[in-house]
Amino acid sequence: MLTALLVMTGIALVLGAALGFAAIFFKVEGDPLVDNIDAILPQTQCGQCGYPGCRPYAEAIANGEADINQCPPGGEEGIRHLADLLGREFKPLDEEHGVEKPKSVAVIDEQICIGCTLCIQACPVDAIVGAAKQMHTVVESECTGCELCVAPCPVDCITMEPLKETVKTWKWKYPVIQIKDAA
Amino acid sequence: MSSYLFVILGAVLVNNVVLVRILGLCPFMGVSKKLETAIGMGAATTFVLTLGSGTSYLIDHYLLVPNDLAYLRTLSFIVVIAAIVQLTELVIHKTSPLLHQVLGIYLPLITTNCAVLGVPLLNVGLRHDLFESLLFGFGSSVGFTLALVLFAGIRERLDGADVPAPFKGTAIAMITAGLMSLAFMGFAGLDRFQ
Repeated sequence: MLTALLVMTGIALVLGAALGFAAIFFKVEGDPLVDNIDAILPQTQCGQCGYPGCRPYAEAIANGEADINQCPPGGEEGIRHLADLLGREFKPLDEEHGVEKPKSVAVIDEQICIGCTLCIQACPVDAIVGAAKQMHTVVESECTGCELCVAPCPVDCITMEPLKETVKTWKWKYPVIQIKDAA
Repeated sequence: MSSYLFVILGAVLVNNVVLVRILGLCPFMGVSKKLETAIGMGAATTFVLTLGSGTSYLIDHYLLVPNDLAYLRTLSFIVVIAAIVQLTELVIHKTSPLLHQVLGIYLPLITTNCAVLGVPLLNVGLRHDLFESLLFGFGSSVGFTLALVLFAGIRERLDGADVPAPFKGTAIAMITAGLMSLAFMGFAGLDRFQ
């Protein structure tokens, strides 16, 4: 009995050590550029860029397969940051992928909701709670405003409502001063 | 020398691990939809199965049998195989990213391939020595790859065939596998010439 335990422990220790050593020895460095691009993207996971999430889009940009102006939630500011990072020219948002909207969250009208769970399956960030035939609701702090839940709802009870400006979300707006024509 | 040849030939054709011993059916049905993935899975399994047979023999012969622990075979073999699969994945990821991308998810899946556990256990039952174990492991995995690739080819053709509705998909694949199995039983007479 004791030898059995010793032998199994021995095998486990040797293999564990070998694997641990191999994990360090054969470590593969990830592409840091992808991480940097991913950090700029808004993480809405909305897929409007044509890729299934922000990370795949970041990889596509890093590989030169995608352009930097395909992210509507990131808006002009995001494109400017990407252009800075990659040393490319700024270009306006590609209308094909959508237009920039104020940041908003999904709100479920709980009177109408029939509890079909379709929106829960569509949500990329698990921000909707609820169960079959139970009323669903959106966790506002988790919602990224990607609008993916709006289309599947069979009773159209989900609306996108713009986030109200609070002390925490307020940002100084760049003053744009129109130069008046010298009349 | 010819006995070694018969070990390989026997493992590939006569006692084909999938079609005659009916081991490793999960990847056989699961990854045989495309010829490309079938070849990738076959290559990965060949590597792991050959290495696993050798290592399992060493563990059994120098660790388990002298300590009278033969009942630990299944447990220790599966631990060793799991470790080899992990190690293989790490090494391939580092040395050949392209191959790693081709094999992809099939590499870790080999851990749960019962043929990979079955062959080392058969090695013990057939009293193979180290070299024969390696040969038998290699032959079995070549047989596995052969069956997988043949089956994938048939399934690609089946996609375009006019199959009656109740037999579509997995049902006709099962029947095909059964027919292939029957065909491979025909090799059973080969070992008489040994």
